[in-house]
Amino acid sequence: MARSAVGVIFTNIQDKNIPELSSRRTLASIPFAGRYRLIDFALSNLVNAGITTVGIVTKNNYQSLIDHLGSGKDWDLARKDGGIILLPPYSNETDAPYKNRLEALMGITGFLQRRKEDYVVLYDGDGVSRLDIADVVRFHEETRADITMVYHQTDSVESHYYITLDPDESGRINSLQINPKLDGKKKINLYINVMVVQREFLMDIIQNAVQSGFSSFGREILAKNVGSMRIFGYKFDGYYAGITSLPRYYKYSMEMLDKSVRDELFGARDIYTKVRDSAPSKYIEGAVVKNSLISDGCIIEGTVENSILFRGVRIGKGSVVRNSVLMQETTVGSYVQLDCVITDKNVVIRDRRHLSGCAELPYFVAKGKLL
Amino acid sequence: MQRKKECVAMLLAGGQGSRLYALTNKIAKPAVAFGAKYRIIDFPLSNCVNSGIDTVGVLTQYEPLELNEYIGNGQPWDLDRSFGGVHILSPYQAKKKSSWYEGTANAIYQNMSFMKKYNPDYVLILSGDHIYKMNYAKMLAAHIANGADCTIAAIEVPIEEASRFGILNVNEDGSIYQFEEKPKQPKSNLASMGIYVFTAEKLYKYLELDDQDPDSGKDFGKDVLPAMLNAGEKMFSYRFDGYWKDVGTIPALWESNMDLLGANPAFDVGDPTWKIHSRNPLAPPEYISETGEVDNSMIALGCEIYGKVQNSILSSNVIVEEGAKIVDSVIMSGTVIKRNAQVLYSVIDENVTVGENAVVGADRKSARGITVLGRNITVSADVKVADGKIIDSDYKGE
Repeated sequence: MARSAVGVIFTNIQDKNIPELSSRRTLASIPFAGRYRLIDFALSNLVNAGITTVGIVTKNNYQSLIDHLGSGKDWDLARKDGGIILLPPYSNETDAPYKNRLEALMGITGFLQRRKEDYVVLYDGDGVSRLDIADVVRFHEETRADITMVYHQTDSVESHYYITLDPDESGRINSLQINPKLDGKKKINLYINVMVVQREFLMDIIQNAVQSGFSSFGREILAKNVGSMRIFGYKFDGYYAGITSLPRYYKYSMEMLDKSVRDELFGARDIYTKVRDSAPSKYIEGAVVKNSLISDGCIIEGTVENSILFRGVRIGKGSVVRNSVLMQETTVGSYVQLDCVITDKNVVIRDRRHLSGCAELPYFVAKGKLL
Repeated sequence: MQRKKECVAMLLAGGQGSRLYALTNKIAKPAVAFGAKYRIIDFPLSNCVNSGIDTVGVLTQYEPLELNEYIGNGQPWDLDRSFGGVHILSPYQAKKKSSWYEGTANAIYQNMSFMKKYNPDYVLILSGDHIYKMNYAKMLAAHIANGADCTIAAIEVPIEEASRFGILNVNEDGSIYQFEEKPKQPKSNLASMGIYVFTAEKLYKYLELDDQDPDSGKDFGKDVLPAMLNAGEKMFSYRFDGYWKDVGTIPALWESNMDLLGANPAFDVGDPTWKIHSRNPLAPPEYISETGEVDNSMIALGCEIYGKVQNSILSSNVIVEEGAKIVDSVIMSGTVIKRNAQVLYSVIDENVTVGENAVVGADRKSARGITVLGRNITVSADVKVADGKIIDSDYKGE
């Protein structure tokens, strides 16, 4: 029963992977798929599993995250008991805020103690999927695991920090590697940063780690105890997009143009996000739009192909936008040409500019820039 | 000190809207979809919120279910307040008597206790069947400045249409000396917009008098306003010269939708200084495919376009399959237009399926009228729905 679980989302823990988009916001609040933030997928998966309390662990740059979350009502998480509970870093003048996951966990022991749920779902807001958390919790109960780690099979990894698992037939994990060499390996069981753990067990681990002076959750707790703890792997076969670098961000954004991917992620219409009351998008006479996702509030006079337009984007007359991701309120003037470009929010591209990148290295324009 | 609100709005949303035919078989007129993501009632509600009026009674009577659900706790309009907010006011049973709302004035009369709870100085009466953006705060300020007992918002209409409206005959200072409901020979083209500001005490007084009058039709335009004028109360007009459209007929609803299109639309719903709030659909961005063509149209979230869309308004989650063509039409949410079907000069309600190769309506230039398909119906493959027809059940051809 997922109702006896509480969610914890780490919004900053993977920030290093994609500094272009997370220098001024938490990784979890990176815009994705035209109208969402990465955290929407984590929150929606938790909520759709019946979880009604989600702690949001933040460290820095979380203004945009707070603005996005508001009271939590858009996820049905404005609750008297539980709901969204922001967990900003606890630190005094001498201590810096947490440096790693273990310190982040130490900082939320009070929250964990006060909850009554049996399980905690630890979720990094860096992945896009329709993961059935209720099923993961069911698996966790059935295997009587201490810890269940969700993984998916992939043939390549691009991240500063990653964990691969070697589960046996029953799913039990007897060996776990951190940042292993992957040369030529075809079937990598990559941990996707979602974990279910008994709440009290987790508190014991943290307590123990404090006393032992540990500093790494992965190395000193998971890797060291893989034999003695019951750690199980839950294999996730669905669509998974790990946003671990700018080229990956670009690649997965483009995959949203694939109907089968969209149907899996959004088919049931239950990925929730903040609502902003934009007007529906307008296609002016002469506009040409092909193979593109268009969010609300856009006004399109030019040509848009193979692209993703976030809320409130404007494309002027005679402009041609191809293979690009234009975030909220990007204004493209007239007779502009863009190819393989990612613009962050509130970018203005003046008339007759030509910008282009390539799929491996998309041309990135930072937030608020005027070109 | 007693808590109070300076102004309480009462929104008359009980109308059946019988001239919208199939579109209002199951829902009240204010709940009819408009402009790809809105419903008609979003406009007066947004106007209230944007004008700083946070207490709104919505009077419902005809098929209120969908409207009640849509309004819910009022959160989409920021009207979920601990004191004030939006409240659905349905006819109720009382100890002495109980009755359906008999007319616009009677509906307000029956909810006197709701208004009095907020001890307002002024009451704003609105109707739920117009598309417009208006700052009621300015109208209220004019009412106060004039020291009026009642102020009626008024707009100039073409003189040949004036006999369809309540016509105000006014002095130079805007004060009203005559009110004629739907006159055969209108003396002016200044029409009442059905928006009234009353000084609360005067409203209560005339509603009481109206209730005791056995000959009264219990209507604001026909009974209460003339009675106040006859009694010499100070009544003023308040001129409005923006966009205002009564969408009570199919052609008017169609036209008003079309007024949203273009780079410089007759009516702009995207104005950031006057946001129109609404309950938003849960849907991903719309997708226009390689084969899709969208020209001079407005498309809402969740649509999937594989065919051609021209001069049209599509609400959320509409699917237009490959080879299908939609021209000069308004399509409401969840409707599916199958392969190679054609929809011309039509208004199609929610969750309709138009089968493969079916043809709905005819080219606007030659059509006898707008074709209308009611909600939740299926038009079979290969059939033709004649132009100007109104269909409200599954259609398999003649």
